Amino acid sequence: MSQLLLQKISVQFGGLLALSQVEFELGSGEIVGLIGPNGAGKTTVFNVITGVYRTSEGDVVLSGGSILGKRPYEIFDLGVARTFQNIRLFSNMTAVENAMVALHCRSRIGVIGSILRTRSQRKEERQIREKSREALAFMGLEKYSDTIAHNLPYGLQRRLEISRALASGPKILLLDEPAAGMNPSESMALMEDIARIADLGITILLVEHDMKVVMGVCRRLIVIDHGVKIAEGKPVEIRKNPMVIEAYLGQPAE
Amino acid sequence: MIPGSKHIWKKYAIAMIWLLVLLWPLLGIHADGTLTFSETWSVWIWIAGVLLGLLMLVLAHRSSTSRMVRAPVAIAMEKINRLGKVMPGKVWMVLIISVSLLFPFLTDRYAQDVAINVLVYVCLGLGLNIVVGLAGMLDLGYIAFYGVGAYTYALLSIHYQFSFWLSLPIAACFAAIAGCIIGYPTLRMRGDYLAIVTLGFGEIVRIILNNWMELTNGPNGILGINAPGLMLPQFSNGIGFEYIYLKKLHYLYYIVLLLCVFTVIAVHRLNFSRIGRAWEAIREDETVAELMGVNIFRLKLLAYAMGAVFGGLAGAFFAARMRFVSPESFTFIESAMVLAMVVLGGMGSIPGIILGAMALIVLPELFREVELYRMLAFGAAMTVMMLFRPKGLIPAKRVGTRSEEREG
Ligand SMILES: Nc1ncnc2c1ncn2[C@@H]1O[C@H](COP(=O)(O)OP(=O)(O)OP(=O)(O)O)[C@@H](O)[C@H]1O
Ligand SMILES: [Mg+2]
Repeated sequence: MSQLLLQKISVQFGGLLALSQVEFELGSGEIVGLIGPNGAGKTTVFNVITGVYRTSEGDVVLSGGSILGKRPYEIFDLGVARTFQNIRLFSNMTAVENAMVALHCRSRIGVIGSILRTRSQRKEERQIREKSREALAFMGLEKYSDTIAHNLPYGLQRRLEISRALASGPKILLLDEPAAGMNPSESMALMEDIARIADLGITILLVEHDMKVVMGVCRRLIVIDHGVKIAEGKPVEIRKNPMVIEAYLGQPAE
Repeated sequence: MIPGSKHIWKKYAIAMIWLLVLLWPLLGIHADGTLTFSETWSVWIWIAGVLLGLLMLVLAHRSSTSRMVRAPVAIAMEKINRLGKVMPGKVWMVLIISVSLLFPFLTDRYAQDVAINVLVYVCLGLGLNIVVGLAGMLDLGYIAFYGVGAYTYALLSIHYQFSFWLSLPIAACFAAIAGCIIGYPTLRMRGDYLAIVTLGFGEIVRIILNNWMELTNGPNGILGINAPGLMLPQFSNGIGFEYIYLKKLHYLYYIVLLLCVFTVIAVHRLNFSRIGRAWEAIREDETVAELMGVNIFRLKLLAYAMGAVFGGLAGAFFAARMRFVSPESFTFIESAMVLAMVVLGGMGSIPGIILGAMALIVLPELFREVELYRMLAFGAAMTVMMLFRPKGLIPAKRVGTRSEEREG
């Protein structure tokens, strides 16, 4: 069954058509790569799915129900988590707190409970902390849980972003260039981690410029260029697709 | 001299000439048409002198020569820190609690009066800290909630003889409602716009209090508010209960101490709860907070409302203590004062804000002799502070302290 379905999505910024009639589907537990040249509209796809941008046309269907027009926090609550192309952590909070914020929507205690620090509040708080620690440990950050986020080295900040997204137990994870700025050994390790995340049964949509990473972990690729989907298929097919070659090299294929 | 200092002197000279041009018409031209110069000169020389001192301080701070000054300071700080380690937190707590409990027995009326003032401002500072320090929204109209709390109790007391204690939660509720009403239109605003709009709302509340004659008696204020009372057992003629008004200063001190302790505990616990974390996430990055499942509109409203609650409680106490309220007590300068405490003490840091409130209330008391130049001294103090401790007297620290294990 399809977990996420994009139907004829179009997005307009003033005169610029950033996305035009983009359609694709993510099956449950799949790892799908979303690639395209700079400015193709990949991040815009993420922003549409997570409710940041309004579409001028089309529909986004999550597990059978439309999520169009829902606010970002509602979509997150429904199980769509993401990371950002330019790292956007809560930089003055500790690593574990970053992950704990993601569990806000999974917890319920209100103001009164917090002020009285009731038994159920303490229990819930403990659970939030435990789950967040687990999410950090999953990405190999257990040692850094009390480190302020902006003091972490770059590669670990990228990992923390993924941990934060994982903490809430999402169904779908959207990764926007997670390997950007990493050295080859770091991105190799990241590839393995992405595969492990998929083993948890989480559907992954991956935007990445590093073709080694993309070809390595994705079973299926979607290619967009100038806001239009130009190809979709297995990595081997995509590599030979003349439209894709043209889009990347900027000249007609022979 | 370090490079660039010439530039600074030039700027200083221009600024001083400009000040003189500005100052003379204000001080030198009199209503009866006479012109004088001496007053202008004396004020100008004072300001120029103080600024010169500050400038030297800045230059010393920047240049390496300041090490001579800074080294002893650093050593002193080190010693204080070590003292802090020798005396664990528990000892400090006991010390602070016993001093604050015994305070009225050790001091005179004047000191008690100042202490009550400090405690009221601590409540206000901590309330504003929720909005500014935690949720990161600049609020320049915070004193409005203080006013709402004060007028709520004032009106309940003179019209319906409500007791102070019963009025407290009502004042908190009304303030929270006011917080939501003022907060709602500003939910989508950030930064400067937010500051301007909250400033406007603060003034609107004050102007309403000033002009709604039927309800608030306008600028004349409301007189005859009851002091807080208590039902005490009474044995003079049989056993019975008597309602006693706690008008004595030291009773008031204990009441506001109680209020303050409640505020400290409540704000601390909120800070370390899922709600406080969500507020901080909004402060750090609003867009990402929402993408990570935080309902930002709701939590911002909640921040306004909770901030207002503590402001309202402090306001109700203020009315009960003064037994008189008028719109004059809720001007913009009060908002600025509370904000200064929060910034000076260290945004988001509870001990910092307590210290900030003490500094900003007690210092002007010490400078009573030079009353006229208080604001000047005040500005100078703030400048020096921001130079040496830009994150506040006691910056909020996060590492480790956030873990529940240490929280206990
Ligand atoms: N908020 C916005 N306002 C106006 N134009 C925008 C906005 N966001 C994106 N665009 C434009 O939409 C197009 C697609 O941008 P997008 O960020 O989705 O590209 P991308 O595929 O993620 O590129 P990159 O590989 O550089 O990250 C670009 O031309 C961009 O300038
Ligand atoms: Mg992008």
